[in-house]
Amino acid sequence: MIEASGLSKRYGATMAVDNLSFSVPPGQVTGFLGPNGAGKSTTMRMVLGLDAPTSGSVTVNGQPYAAYRRPLFEVGALLDAKAFHGGRSAYNHLLCLALSNGIGRSRVDQVLDLVGLRSAARKRAGGFSLGMAQRLGIAAALLGDPPVLLLDEPVNGLDPEGVLWIRTLLKSLAAEGRTVFLSSHLMSEMALTADRLIIIGRGRLIAQTAVADFLSGGTGNFVRVRSPQAGALATLLTRQGAVVVQQADDTLHLTGVPCEAVGELARANGLTLLELSARQASLEERYMELTRDAVEYRTAKRAPAPSPNGGQS
Amino acid sequence: MNAGASPRSSSSSRSRVAGILRSECCKLRSVRSTYWTLFAAVASNVGLAVLLAIFLPRQLSAHEKATIDAVRVSLGGLHLSQIAFGVLGVLVITSEYDTGMIRATLGAVPRRRLLLAVKIIVFAVTALVVGIAAGFAAYFVFQAFLTGDSLRTSLGDPNVLRAVIGSGLYLVVLGLFGLGLGAIARSSAGAIAVLFAVLFVPSLIMALLPHSWQTTIGPYLPTDAGGAIFTVHQDSGSLGAWSGFAVFCLYATVPLVAAFVLINRRDA
Repeated sequence: MIEASGLSKRYGATMAVDNLSFSVPPGQVTGFLGPNGAGKSTTMRMVLGLDAPTSGSVTVNGQPYAAYRRPLFEVGALLDAKAFHGGRSAYNHLLCLALSNGIGRSRVDQVLDLVGLRSAARKRAGGFSLGMAQRLGIAAALLGDPPVLLLDEPVNGLDPEGVLWIRTLLKSLAAEGRTVFLSSHLMSEMALTADRLIIIGRGRLIAQTAVADFLSGGTGNFVRVRSPQAGALATLLTRQGAVVVQQADDTLHLTGVPCEAVGELARANGLTLLELSARQASLEERYMELTRDAVEYRTAKRAPAPSPNGGQS
Repeated sequence: MNAGASPRSSSSSRSRVAGILRSECCKLRSVRSTYWTLFAAVASNVGLAVLLAIFLPRQLSAHEKATIDAVRVSLGGLHLSQIAFGVLGVLVITSEYDTGMIRATLGAVPRRRLLLAVKIIVFAVTALVVGIAAGFAAYFVFQAFLTGDSLRTSLGDPNVLRAVIGSGLYLVVLGLFGLGLGAIARSSAGAIAVLFAVLFVPSLIMALLPHSWQTTIGPYLPTDAGGAIFTVHQDSGSLGAWSGFAVFCLYATVPLVAAFVLINRRDA
């Protein structure tokens, strides 16, 4: 369980994180989502006690991170995959971290096996690909077998196989009852991995919700119906309280009425339907809708899309 | 998943500090820069001792041979080895900041002052062992390569043992000075630049100042004060061996104290 309350961080005139309150429950993958520069990494650094909040507080399983005497047993973190000394071997990198918390060599071998780096363990980590570096970072996070995992953009720059591996691993860790907190600027990734979402923009909380609730709450959901008697159908539907938008001679977009009701209505009135379908906004569309006003770096054409290969926020 | 990670049984503060000590030892011995810098230091000490023993006696007059500080001459490699120790001291802390490793380190050890103290201890002990060994190596190699007896000394002569061991102490304190600078600058390039400036620039400026200033301030410059510990024939104006060394330690204390203050105040 991670709990933030009124968390704020000011850099000069900018509020990187602005009065952020959220909680990350155990047993689920919670996605931490926001455009580049939204304050995700800053928030994660504050969780780990690396950056001091300007105001507010954040606790991990009820205690501030810095209060833990052997924190690797409480929280495993991956902030920056390449954050190791390039001249040190993967094994020694992990061993240095492990020793500081009284973790033995056998556990280092175990986590190396777990992430599939056994064969490269004695090589200089500086020569690792980004995918191997991410695996090394995750191995470090798992050293203390912690109940809480916190990962900043863990799939950034990974090949599809690596992405799938991390996704599966994180889900299995959450299924074991751990708290998994995962940041990304890619909604599509979160859609596949996360159970819950915490969405921020410009340092402020935009939404904190289950993925399913997040989808159904959007304005992008409508029913599409095609009929040769579209005019008559529109009149009937309007009488039923639906909002009807005529798209073409035979095509209507409806909101405020479920698919089933449209079908029943058509049958009862002997109208022919050529097509009847419910359209749900994708997570991506919902995300865009929510963060439209909170994107810090916008392209000139007012396209609010976050860059898919951008750096960390 | 639950197999293997050590239990939290022994979380007494003594075992916790022991763990951090082992971790920092592991860091120091698992990178090549440690071996390179220490090797460079020993090689400079020994190499210059050989060259000085072979070539210097031929160039000195009889009077010079009688008055020169032959022990200090034998330790002439310090001019180079001090650079290596200073750089290693810097790297002990800046390699963490340059690579981003510091975040993982502070994630594992959130008590930053404890971490810094342990880093200082691990470096100091390593530097002490290698520094003193390098001092003795230089001294004995110099004696071995001397052809005449004019510059020959013995460890039993007054102050000779102190000077040889003192050369090691000098290197330790210089390295700690670098470590302090590194912890403040948090970047190798910046800290090494400042280190070199502090080592070499004051003497250059001093040479431009009036003679009376040179005699009053000169002995208190970092390298002059620190040099007293490996000098046998003290100049009349210079500080005594231990008082000079104390001044030198004071120089190193300044950045270290600043580092202890800053490390808890700054974001990592």
